[in-house]
Amino acid sequence: MRTDVAVVGFAQTKHTGEDAGLTEVELLAPVITEIKQTTGLNRFGFTCSGSLDYLAGAPFSFVSALDTVGAWPPISESHVEMDGAWALYEAWVRLQHGDVDTALVYGFGKSSQGSLHEIMTFQLDPYYLAPLGPDQVSLAALQARAFLDAGHKEDDLRAVAARSREAGRANPYALDLPDPGDEGYEVAPLRPYDCAPITDGAAAVVLAAGDRARELCDNPAWIRGIDHRIEVHSLGARDLSRSESAALAAEKAGVRDVEVAELHAQFSHEELILREAIGLADDVRVNPSGGPLAANPVMATGLIRVGEAASWIHRGEAHRTLGHASSGPCLQHNLVCVLEG
Amino acid sequence: MGNPCAVIGVGQTEYRSKRTDVSIAGLVREAALRALEDAGLTFKDIDAVVIGKAPDLFEGVMMPEAYLADALGARGKPMMRVHTAGSVGGSTANVAASLVQGGVHDRVLVVAWEKQSESNATWALSTHPPLSPTIVVGAGGYFAPHIRAYMRRTGAPDHIGMLVAVKDRQNALKNPYAHLRISGISREMVESTPMLWEPIRYLETCPSSDGAAAMVLASEEAAKRAPNPPAWVHGTAMRSEPIFFAGRDTVNPQAGKDCAADVYRQAGITDPRRELDCAETYVPFSWYEPMWLENLGFCGEGEGWKLTESGATALDGDIPWNASGGVLSSNPIGASGLIRFAEAALQVRGLAGEHQVEGARKALGHAYGGGAQFYAMWVVGSDKP
Amino acid sequence: MPSNAMEGPEPLVADHALEFPGGYTRSVGPVIGRFLTELRDGRLVGVRTASGGVLFPPAEYDADGEAVTDEYVEVGPGGTVTSWSWVSRPRAVHPLDRPFAWALVQPDGADTAILHALDVGVFEPGADPPKSLRTGMRVRPKWRAERTGSIKDIESFRPDVTMITAPSRAEYRLNAGRALTRFLTGISEGRFLGHRCDVCGKVYVPMRGLCPVDGVPTTEEVELPDTGTVTTFAVNNIPDPRAPEVPFVSAYILLDGSDISLLALVAGIPADQVRMGMRVKAAWKPREEWGRTMENIKWFEPTGEPDVPFDSIKDYL
Repeated sequence: MRTDVAVVGFAQTKHTGEDAGLTEVELLAPVITEIKQTTGLNRFGFTCSGSLDYLAGAPFSFVSALDTVGAWPPISESHVEMDGAWALYEAWVRLQHGDVDTALVYGFGKSSQGSLHEIMTFQLDPYYLAPLGPDQVSLAALQARAFLDAGHKEDDLRAVAARSREAGRANPYALDLPDPGDEGYEVAPLRPYDCAPITDGAAAVVLAAGDRARELCDNPAWIRGIDHRIEVHSLGARDLSRSESAALAAEKAGVRDVEVAELHAQFSHEELILREAIGLADDVRVNPSGGPLAANPVMATGLIRVGEAASWIHRGEAHRTLGHASSGPCLQHNLVCVLEG
Repeated sequence: MGNPCAVIGVGQTEYRSKRTDVSIAGLVREAALRALEDAGLTFKDIDAVVIGKAPDLFEGVMMPEAYLADALGARGKPMMRVHTAGSVGGSTANVAASLVQGGVHDRVLVVAWEKQSESNATWALSTHPPLSPTIVVGAGGYFAPHIRAYMRRTGAPDHIGMLVAVKDRQNALKNPYAHLRISGISREMVESTPMLWEPIRYLETCPSSDGAAAMVLASEEAAKRAPNPPAWVHGTAMRSEPIFFAGRDTVNPQAGKDCAADVYRQAGITDPRRELDCAETYVPFSWYEPMWLENLGFCGEGEGWKLTESGATALDGDIPWNASGGVLSSNPIGASGLIRFAEAALQVRGLAGEHQVEGARKALGHAYGGGAQFYAMWVVGSDKP
Repeated sequence: MPSNAMEGPEPLVADHALEFPGGYTRSVGPVIGRFLTELRDGRLVGVRTASGGVLFPPAEYDADGEAVTDEYVEVGPGGTVTSWSWVSRPRAVHPLDRPFAWALVQPDGADTAILHALDVGVFEPGADPPKSLRTGMRVRPKWRAERTGSIKDIESFRPDVTMITAPSRAEYRLNAGRALTRFLTGISEGRFLGHRCDVCGKVYVPMRGLCPVDGVPTTEEVELPDTGTVTTFAVNNIPDPRAPEVPFVSAYILLDGSDISLLALVAGIPADQVRMGMRVKAAWKPREEWGRTMENIKWFEPTGEPDVPFDSIKDYL
């Protein structure tokens, strides 16, 4: 018997495509202040965050981030070195125990300080892959090639990028990026517009259980299913044209009749692979926020997908939505969260 | 606290300064396979995998759950990576237990490790940033002033730290996995080693180790089929406080007291010294034993050093602390907390071998990290709560 | 060399070499011949003995003189060192011209070992044996590119690959952010700036733009003197490039008017005379060397004022 848990609050920075002169903590602090104000909560039963030391270039980025929360008296808190979406998952599990009924979740990252695509090389197999130095775009392009070879066209990718950027321009939190132009390849078959922009930003979500959720929010976005799955690391041992782990996570989360889906697709072809894997019908609105192709504050991007999906329910504009998060090279690890009004 | 949760398998690697005989995957598999063997299971039986370690900079493998997914049999399963500084081994166990307590899974594999020999601990823990308002010091430089403050505050005599350094290394001689096994360890030997960060002597600090530890956690239903006796989780707790703030008590941090109070409440413990049979606590510098004795409520404030001096925490004392030899004898940082939790479980399962505390039925596992600001604890018992 | 050389004529000496022109023409027989032929092809073979063992390198007979069978068994190429010696100053006849080991190597699948050179890396002449060189270590042959059917077709054995070095570098352009930029700007002007929290009234130096206890932004700026009190400290005996000497003291210093201590070096006094409660003042570098960095302050040094009583600092520990 599951405890009903809902997303009752969501806040994010106005993401920037360049270093705005703020530290990670300074990016995050206003978001925490805002979500405390909008939910009216100052203390939470559980707090969990997601961040990445390699973005800051120093260990323990989560330690100073704790200063934003007001962790006094001491709080029940944990951290994953993963996207904030997995912090949300940990918090959802914690709320299943029944002894606490609110949780604060946040994720943050400043990709502008280093070379993100090269930093991502550090997460590869340290014996056979990392020494070769394949960057994130190069590997994504391998997957894009496999996807195209399975019967898709480069124009399909361009259409994803065009739609995402247009939607992003309408989203005050996303970057203002022009329509895809006549651009050469970044790493063939990917062009610059097929790749998520370098972005700084932070986001926070508040979860609440049962009656507490109803008190805190007029239209709680109930988590009806949440699941995540990982697959084999080696790219040579996978069928890159599809996503086995996303399909499995979607099945376990019970995806059906979704109206809006926010997908953590950092490259155009990933959205198409994910649509197929998750089994989204053609009429599902995908990434109306512009998605990661319009703003990609790494370590918050996945959490934002859940927050954006929840916002449709908070506003009463949709009944069932989906948030998705991904991690690892070429969609190795996928999380699916189904939300209902 | 949710559904019942039991430890049905424990696996540890040999802890050494350099485990150059194995890859990272080989190291974590060594612990994982031993835990599975103890539980009578294979990777196929596992529902989810939770891993933990200290900063990725130690091995230069970022977000290592990606690379280790197949090595730990996680293909097609949920896998998570916890990072809460030095307390991470304990937090990782708590997150894994939470999956069972929350009714999400029946069998969870939890693994924590560090392969410190791939780089250098001082470098990995403090990459001196170019912009900083204060000097950056390593762990010894950070904790030594707090130890000095403890000594001043309580009037503890200088030799107390050496007693702990000797006791834990004597215990390590009974633990086949321990890294430091110093035959003939004595107070004179400790005293003869140089002061690194006064008041901390060389032999009053922990070693740098390579190693991994793993556990299989199970629901009540799954625990029934386990071949060896389970350790039941009676409570889990985590607490954090900011590292620097006005009025912070860094000697006896509030987060540690609150975390202990929470875990004792869940386990129905009102007098930890009397009701617990032993404890595995995170003592990387010898003086942290008397400090944590007070913080964890085993005695009143200012009395911790007297308890240590009386021999109460020795293997034959009334409340043995770190019968395994503790962090002072083996310290693969990211795993050290999980080892505490796992050793506590081994004690109440009666499977601790030569360092078994006679008749142990209830034990505390404790870990801390950061600037003594992150805490993770659990209480395990032979009986189902 | 006779030590009691007698008076007399200069000794008469001549060089001599005993060398059969062109080398002996040595027939190897079927067993060694098979071994060397296989060796030329890059394989190691041993021969099955009557008692079922594998003799390597093969001979026509085993240790007890019993004839071997005619079954050849491929072994290795991996093997284990069963014993070794370390040549720190090689002779001209040695197979390597730099320090190396002689080793008995028992290939996997064999019951006996072969003697060969073991190359464990580049060392200066006279070097001690490396720690990695030990009985039980795993090795493999390093084959000569051009092979002739000789034991020297193996150039040497060398250790299995047990470690790779993984150069790792990530570059960043770090921004100090608002609060730290303001604080370090103050330091560049010789001033300590901090913030007072609106909620709890505590003064934070350096400020972080928020109060970690109340979780609220802070904006009210205060300027503090560069004097303060040592609350507690460590005496460090491990050299540090930032410290003037060893031992050196790193201390928590509570600036006058601040509610939080900051970690800094203390010098200008022997380490063993530093005390909790000692009054100190920042020792600034010459003004022309100042920048927006804490390096403007070399360390803190005693003011000579009387110590502060323990009671008044005990709440800042």
